[in-house]
Amino acid sequence: MTLYTFIFYLLAVVIVAATALAITRRNLVHAVIYLVFSFLGTAMLFYLLGAPLLAAFEVIIYAGAIMVLFLFIVMTIKVDASEEKMFPFSQLAPTALFGLIYITIGIFVVVSAPGSYAVLETAVARPEEFGQYVLQRHWLTVEIVSLLLLIALIGVLCVGGQKQRAEIEDKR
Amino acid sequence: MIVPFSHVLFLAGILFLMGIFCAVTRRNLFMIVLGVEIMLNAASIVFVGAALRWYDLEGQAFALLVLAVAATEVSVGLAMIVYAYRRTGSVDPGAFDLLK
Repeated sequence: MTLYTFIFYLLAVVIVAATALAITRRNLVHAVIYLVFSFLGTAMLFYLLGAPLLAAFEVIIYAGAIMVLFLFIVMTIKVDASEEKMFPFSQLAPTALFGLIYITIGIFVVVSAPGSYAVLETAVARPEEFGQYVLQRHWLTVEIVSLLLLIALIGVLCVGGQKQRAEIEDKR
Repeated sequence: MIVPFSHVLFLAGILFLMGIFCAVTRRNLFMIVLGVEIMLNAASIVFVGAALRWYDLEGQAFALLVLAVAATEVSVGLAMIVYAYRRTGSVDPGAFDLLK
């Protein structure tokens, strides 16, 4: 067992435990904070799997921007967490059933697939190589993603600005 | 050596299942969006693992795009949650019955 193997299992335990805590919290702020830990663990996993640039993006975008956005919205909206019914049986039972089927099929597929036991060797995609690869081979995709973000921005402005528009119309 | 590729798949599968569990069983719009985030994160773990498995940068490029799509999804989702909260004063998905 090498050091990398040990780090992988340690990170896996941390990620799964943090996510499990996050999805069972009643308090939304606690859930988001636990999820930040999960995403930081994922970032370290990305670094271990040879993607330093993606690890940095994971910290900046996922653990930083997205989760802070969540925190902002959760804190501006007054959520009465105590009235939420946790895990009602009518939703828990089908989820457990389908989850069990999913786990069974997943284990079967992973175990029986050829080459899934190939051992990962350490390798690193250097950030400049990765950036050149993305911008040379996938420049159109990058453009489409920027268009997607622009559309999301316009959509958010439309949805979020509706109350103000209604108020203005009321005043008239 | 790190680990067999299957262990990365198992880790991502468990995370994905947790995301589904969160999105389906929680009665709170925030937790539903959070569950979708967990699922997207699990998917990008598989992509990065596969990129290392086949020494191909394609997987990492796709994980980058998953990141962008996740950011888009969460911004639009949160805006819609805020809109729904203004209309109904609740974040319980059962409270949205305007069309009933």
